[in-house]
Amino acid sequence: MSAGTLIEWQKQPGDSVQRGDIIAVVHTDKADVEVETFTAGVLEELLVEPGTKVPVGTPLALIREAGAPAPAAPAPSAPAAAPGRLLISPSARHLAEELGVDPGTVRGTGPGGRIQRKDVEAAARPPTPAPARAAPGPPAAPPAEERGAAMRRAIAAAMARSKREIPHFYLGTTVDMSNAVRWLAEENLRRDVPDRLLHGVLFVKTVALALREFPEVNATWRDEEVVPGGGVHVGIAVSLRGGGLVAPAIHDTDTLTLDELMRAFRELTSRARAGSLRSSELSDPTITVTSIGERGVESMYGVIFPPQVAIVGFGKVVERPWISEGQILPCPVVTATVSADHRVTDGHRAGLFLAAIDRLLQAPEEL
Amino acid sequence: MTTMTYREAVREAIREALASDKRVFLMGEDVGRYGGAFAVSHGLLEEFGPERVRDAPLSESAFVGAGIGAALAGMRPIVEVMTINFSLLALDQIVNNAATIRYMSGGQFGVPLVVRMATGGGRQLAAQHAHSLEAWYAHVPGIKALAPATVADARWMLPAALADPDPVFLFEHATLYPLEGEADEPGGPAELGRAAVRRQGSDVTLVTYGGALGKCLDAAARLAEEGVEAEVVDLRSLRPLDLDTVLASVARTHRAVLVDEGWRTVGLVAEVSARIMEEGFDLLDWPVRRVCGAEAPMPYAKHLEEAALPSPDSIVAAVRETLA
Amino acid sequence: MTRAEIAQTVLETLAEIAPEVDPSEVASDVDLRDQLDIDSMDFLNFVIALHERLDVDIPERDYPQLGTLDAIVDYVVRSSPQPDQRPR
Repeated sequence: MSAGTLIEWQKQPGDSVQRGDIIAVVHTDKADVEVETFTAGVLEELLVEPGTKVPVGTPLALIREAGAPAPAAPAPSAPAAAPGRLLISPSARHLAEELGVDPGTVRGTGPGGRIQRKDVEAAARPPTPAPARAAPGPPAAPPAEERGAAMRRAIAAAMARSKREIPHFYLGTTVDMSNAVRWLAEENLRRDVPDRLLHGVLFVKTVALALREFPEVNATWRDEEVVPGGGVHVGIAVSLRGGGLVAPAIHDTDTLTLDELMRAFRELTSRARAGSLRSSELSDPTITVTSIGERGVESMYGVIFPPQVAIVGFGKVVERPWISEGQILPCPVVTATVSADHRVTDGHRAGLFLAAIDRLLQAPEEL
Repeated sequence: MTTMTYREAVREAIREALASDKRVFLMGEDVGRYGGAFAVSHGLLEEFGPERVRDAPLSESAFVGAGIGAALAGMRPIVEVMTINFSLLALDQIVNNAATIRYMSGGQFGVPLVVRMATGGGRQLAAQHAHSLEAWYAHVPGIKALAPATVADARWMLPAALADPDPVFLFEHATLYPLEGEADEPGGPAELGRAAVRRQGSDVTLVTYGGALGKCLDAAARLAEEGVEAEVVDLRSLRPLDLDTVLASVARTHRAVLVDEGWRTVGLVAEVSARIMEEGFDLLDWPVRRVCGAEAPMPYAKHLEEAALPSPDSIVAAVRETLA
Repeated sequence: MTRAEIAQTVLETLAEIAPEVDPSEVASDVDLRDQLDIDSMDFLNFVIALHERLDVDIPERDYPQLGTLDAIVDYVVRSSPQPDQRPR
């Protein structure tokens, strides 16, 4: 490709952008490509008009990085603070730097319009796209649809980047679930209704414990380097009602009891569906586990969420013929898979990791 | 699990000290024949005799000075000053002798003195008998100042204080004496110089000591009903202050509300606030708030005295302000 | 409670679990998992809510009986010895 035509801008000057946001669509010989930004900050100026064909390498826009001095003209959504003096708590200022949010664009809810942590957290969530100014567009869609569409685009960008950059390889194994299924049934018989455990909790716990033995899979890939995870924070893939997917982290998963894990599971799921996840929950997972069995799918090979280096999948627990001591017996089994980053690990290690999960699932009472 | 009252815990601590170390003796007004103004030393005169449990004349300067002298000579006196209000009469002995002798003698002499005193208001004893002047003691280099707020600390801080080669002051809030609690842990001299998290939480840190601990825990229970989880830190040690524990908590919650029955101006938690600002500026999402005693001599009338002291209501209100 | 009241409560509980669904459009004789987007977490929350609202304890082994709205209402009716008993 030597040149491309800018089709449309998806952000406008003054918009806050995060790493991974789609800001433009460019037409190439083969397809329309979504252009994402690798910098967080505020979009300052658009340099190319839609419809213009430009050579590869032409700057398309200017982004002012978070922490850089504010421009003379105030951003459209700036709060009514005294000129030159931004009212923001020290902790919120640090959080804004961490999340790549420009404090100048955050609305403060503290006294005198002071910005607090919760205001920065709110600003860090995917913003609803501003209406296009270049040309009259269709009537503004209802906010929920815009949020859904923005999430779809964000997922699309992340998944496409994952497949582009990460050399995935895939391993799967069938795990004998008889002990786990039996133990779970007995446990749930003894428990009150609100305390019952789901299969998924066993899967998450075994993954968390297995990660202690295979820390290279519990790492992230940043700037061409493997960065070990500070702890085991398993991201749980939660599907949102009406479409969409988030994978918030349960912190220190390996230290939680099954009861604590189940409570965290339920709490995270309801907050994810209500749209009130914390930014640390979205940025901290060291690995993701996706358990998709209800839909009848037997095995699930996921796409790694960058900058993680692996994703573990569990399918449906089904009854299958199993050979035990020369005899064919019905046995509940599940297919456990791992999609892993070949820059960071290889089949041998990833295979042992899966084997560790298998081993742990054979002794559910010890989880 | 052994349950006893705070009063019984202090008594047990004194008894154990008297029984196990011949150098220990108790001295103060009414500690012998009367059994102690707060009944702490009830029965000890009968058990240990008048050489070990000594009634003192009505002169704090004299018997605190005598305690300093005894400590210098190798004894391990426990001096009981009836209340912190009367200790003012012994301040010269405390600040100019007890606190300085080690320094002024170039380390040749130390004063292994323990002084216990009841403190605080809330019992309608009015302006001259309701002071919380722990801040004045926490101000003085050369001594340690402790505030046992639980039955376990009442039991186990004293042995640690007796083992300390320098003067240690124990402030027992008078409303705590009938408090019931467990006294099994730690089963030996308590760790001095460390604060304790009495309740875990993630939304705000309440820092307090002594008689106000119960009020903070009540406030935390009420806040929990509103979905606000308060972490409650009991300072335990007023000099030295354990800011590490306080800052670790503020690192989690980003908000601090400090509760002190003493007067607000130049009070003890003003120091805590300054240290949080100096060492934990970046952790704060809201300015540090203080809930303190009213700036007035303590009233006698019950409703006025209540209004003059921190209460669970005023603590809850202060926390709510920080979460606006 | 009458059968109609039980059915109404079950439908309301379902609406809390799946708020995007119009309760009047739920067919009572078609398996709920084919009509609605419900996963195992949703189902557990549904069972817990039924337990709280209708005082009916549903052991795991009975889960397969709870397919359609009709089947669920039948189950609740069967489990309540006095159908006229008011819920707490």
